[in-house]
Order: sequence, then structure tokens, then C-alpha cells
Amino acid sequence: MHRLWEVALSTTYRSDSRPAGLTTKILAGHGAGDAKPGALATVSCDLVMMNDVSGSLAMRAFERMGAVRVFDPERVVLVADHFVPAKDVRSAELVADLRRFAQRYGIEHYYELGRTEEAGIEHTLLPELGLIAPGSLIAGGDSHTCTYGAFGALGLGFGSTDIASALALGEVWVRMPETIRIEFVGQPGPWTAGKDLILAVLRQTGSSGAAYGALEFWGDVVDELSVDDRMALCNMAIESGAKSGICAPNAAVLEWLDARSVPRVDALVADEEGYDHVLRVDVDGLPPLVACPPDPAAVIAIDELPSGLRLDQVYVGNCSNGTLSDLRQLVAGLAGRRVARGTRLMVVPASNAIHRAAMTEGLIETLVMAGAVIVPPTCGACFGGHMGILGRGERALATTNRNFRGRMGHADSEVYLSNAAVAGASAAAGAIVDPRAS
Amino acid sequence: MNGATPLAGRVVRLGDDVNTDIVLAGEYLNMTDPDELALHLLERFEPPVADRIGQGTVLLAGRAFGGGSSREQAVLAIVARGVTALVAASFARIFFRNAVNLGLPAVECPDAWRDVADGDEVTIDLASGTLTRPVDGAVWSFPIPSPFVADLLAAGGLEEWTRQRLASLGSG
Repeated sequence: MHRLWEVALSTTYRSDSRPAGLTTKILAGHGAGDAKPGALATVSCDLVMMNDVSGSLAMRAFERMGAVRVFDPERVVLVADHFVPAKDVRSAELVADLRRFAQRYGIEHYYELGRTEEAGIEHTLLPELGLIAPGSLIAGGDSHTCTYGAFGALGLGFGSTDIASALALGEVWVRMPETIRIEFVGQPGPWTAGKDLILAVLRQTGSSGAAYGALEFWGDVVDELSVDDRMALCNMAIESGAKSGICAPNAAVLEWLDARSVPRVDALVADEEGYDHVLRVDVDGLPPLVACPPDPAAVIAIDELPSGLRLDQVYVGNCSNGTLSDLRQLVAGLAGRRVARGTRLMVVPASNAIHRAAMTEGLIETLVMAGAVIVPPTCGACFGGHMGILGRGERALATTNRNFRGRMGHADSEVYLSNAAVAGASAAAGAIVDPRAS
Repeated sequence: MNGATPLAGRVVRLGDDVNTDIVLAGEYLNMTDPDELALHLLERFEPPVADRIGQGTVLLAGRAFGGGSSREQAVLAIVARGVTALVAASFARIFFRNAVNLGLPAVECPDAWRDVADGDEVTIDLASGTLTRPVDGAVWSFPIPSPFVADLLAAGGLEEWTRQRLASLGSG
């Protein structure tokens, strides 16, 4: 297992010794050298990951490329998560493709709900398994690969052909990003979480204000953030148009890594002056925020929403907010009440381990008794796949990361995004409500 | 598809923030056949445009074309329809990569987005970085592709580029 970290640990950073942030240093140490923003560079991958949606196209391209082996079977991770349990015959075939690829190329890191002991949503699962180390570079066949920034790793999302090439060569081409230091100032108010920090960023950047850039999160609040909240923060970096989001490991992350015997990279330190841009985000006394359809960056404070937005569904899950912390916040938001009549509460623990822990804590029992439906770990309805699709005219509040038109189902359905505590209070009310008032 | 021959096509204008969920909805991601994916291209775009997209179409979009999901199926569907090129005020990063990786030219030209009308016939010359409307001779400039991206497009995409790379490394 430790072989996985050879590249990450042997990285040398920029030779011109100009100040730089984590992103630039990680790219430099993976082959980009002193390449300037805008320049193209080829960088090596410590890990290449794909799922059941990106996988089938990637493996076909891989074979058409004439590749007969993956660059390193130990550095390839396959996760069936989008359409599991298979929702139909086609989905079953996608998962079977992934499984066959694992067998043919000797890939041990294969995870499929039900078939392997550990399984779940890729971006939650990989860190849980100890596969994400600070300073490493992960090429993932999924846009939310940026989640790994929570651990000081550079997660970059790609399409299937890029992943195919990375599987064959162990490297990808990148455009060197301009870096943006996000400076959080102040302490958020009650009932907020990592979700609200990133929504506060998106409120300022809009959906493309950070296009092609790399976000790095700074500030006391980031230093104090839990691992789960850091994952929520980094997960939605791409919703600003950025290619990645990252924060320097804090005590919580180091404890997480130690528990999984993942080596630390003490040499990797961000230079405060090493950024192309700085964006100050004042989060002092921040209230819970909500992103309104159809734009994750259409963010307003919850008390600015019109009242009485009735909900057909509340969905708690996905790679941004399906963690144990989220389930706890959901239960806190419900505050002992039942789910309102006429509203479905779908709860999707993001991994088997989270599901087990939530059972041990009694959260699952509390949720089921309150009327929630527990969905097994899957990307599910977040991307309009299955397990909670919205019909025409239906409205949902979700802890997911995208609320584009028709994202969770019918083109004329609506998705609002919030943290899990807001989701809990709203599930009890049957409408979007402020947990501070309920 | 080498930059020497100008690309030609009729423009279908889209909008700002046309994300990949709009280009190809998530419910179709269980499909892998490009022709089948193409049936659902821009199915949810308002006003309806899907019927007008075919061989020789140039898709012209505004800000952040292709934002969101990394689903390459979205570009695969565009290619399967016979689209000649993508032009946008700006592209989302992964969508741009997916396009050039599949050999589909994608150029950033905010002025063209501002000026060129739906239905206009245009030619695009990657080598000189110009988009021309022959009917009145109007010309718009865009940054020429970087040498690497030009190589990718000349090879027909990353698949062929990597195939050559593997062959030159003497390993598969």
C-alpha cells in the first residue's frame, strides 16, 4: 500500500523558489516544473479513478489506444457508485464492464455496493480507505474529484478519454491554473457548516468567476474545520468554474491520516504570498445559505427566501454532504419531529462505513422512525440517476452540489441546495425553513 | 481536421451557462452508443434547438459552455450529430478538454457570441484564428489553439495521440 505514495513523497517543488500555493507546488512536483499560468504541462498521476459512468467509455478508448496494461494496477481505483444497485439492464452492464476491467488488468481497488465490503460514493470512499494523501495528484473521471483538496491533495476531474490516456500513460495534460487564495474572515453563525462556506464563496464568484483557476481555502475557520466539512467545502469548488479546491491539512486531517497510516508530507507548505488573486469572503455571523435553482451560485441567506416554499422531497446525501456529520446535523434539524406529511425525506449515507456508524449511533433508527427513507450508498438521484427522481413540477431541497434545470429529474422540477440541518428542519416543516427559527 | 482546411457550418445559437446536464441529461448516462446518446442532445434546452443540429452545425454559446459534470457522453452526442465546431464566449474546463480530446475544435470567441446570428453560415480557420461570415465578409479573431491542442486536433483527438505515444514508447 505504501508504494502508492512514492511519487507524492518524492516531489520536489519549484526550482525558481518563487512563493507558491499548494496547487502550484503539487503540479510542479509532478512534472510541471516552473510552468506559468496558462501554459500546458504534462503531470504524473499518483492515482487514477473512474466510476461506472465514466468507466465504460474510458476502457473502450483505452483499448482502442492499443494499451495492453494500465500504468500501475496499484494506482488505479474503480468505484461503481452512480447507478448502483443497478437500476436497469444497461446500468448492470456498465458495472459489469468495470468489474471485467478490474479482473483483466489486475486492479485490486475495485469497489461495488453489495459485492465488496467497503463501498460507497467515490469521493467519500477513497479518503475513507486511506487512498488520498496530502501532496498527491489524483485524476478522477468525475467532476467532483476536487473533493480530495480537503486532505491537501490535488484532485482533478476529467472526462473518459483523458482517463483512458491516464490509465495507459500515468499522466495527464493540464493547463497551469491561476491560483486564487480564498481568505475566509470571521466565524460563521449557528446552524452553518462547510456547505455554507462554499456557498458563500459561490455567492461572490458566480458559476464561472473562477474559470480555469485553482481555489485554495485559508482562514481560521478552515483551520478549525472537521474533515467532513472540509470535504463539503472543497467538493463544490468546481461550481465556481475552478478546476480544483484545496486546503492545507489541519489537525483533524492529520488525525484522519494517522488513523489510516497515510504518510504526512511535512515539506508541503503553502506560501501566503504565492497566489495570483486573493478573494476575501466575510463569513462572520454567516446565516445558513441556500442556492436557488437553476444555479449553484444563485446563493441567498435562508431568511431572504420567500416563505412557504413547499417541498415534495428532501434529499440528504451525495459526495458533498452525505457524511456522518451531515446525518447528525439532519437529526439535529429534525429536532425530534416527524417528516411532514406530503414530503419525502430520502437519506443516502455516502458509504457503507458511514451507514454502519450511523446505525451504531442510533441515527438511522431515529431517521426511520421519523419517516425517512434510507437509500443505500449511491450517487442516486443527485444527478438524475435513480432513487428519488423528481416528477414534473416537484420541488426538492437537497444537500447535493448541483441544482441545474432538470438535474434530479423532470426539466420542470426544482432543486434548492442547503446544509443538512436546514434539510432536517425543512423536512419536518414540509417547506424550506430556517433551523434557527424552528 | 488539420488547421489547414477552414471548417464551415451553419450556426445554432445557444445561451449562457449551458451546462452538461442541459447538453445531455443524467438519466441517459446509462447509454454508451454515440448515436443513441445523440437522440437526446440538448433535449431540455429552451427554446427547442435539437432538431436543427446536424451535419455541418457550428454550436455557438455564451459564457461557461459545458459547465458542471465531466460526462464525456455530452460531447460524444455532439460529435455523433455531425457538429463541425464549438464556439463560445468561454468554456468550462472539462468540457473544453473533452471536445478537443474527441477531435472537435472548440474556440473561445466572445465577439462572435456577441455578433453572429442564429442561422449564419460561417467558416473557422484554426491556423489563423479567424471566424468569417462569407455573406458579408465579417471576420472575428480568436486565440489560435496552443501547439499541443493543435496536435491533438490534427491527430483527431487524444485517443490517436496516446496510441502514437504508446507506439513510440514501444509498449502498450
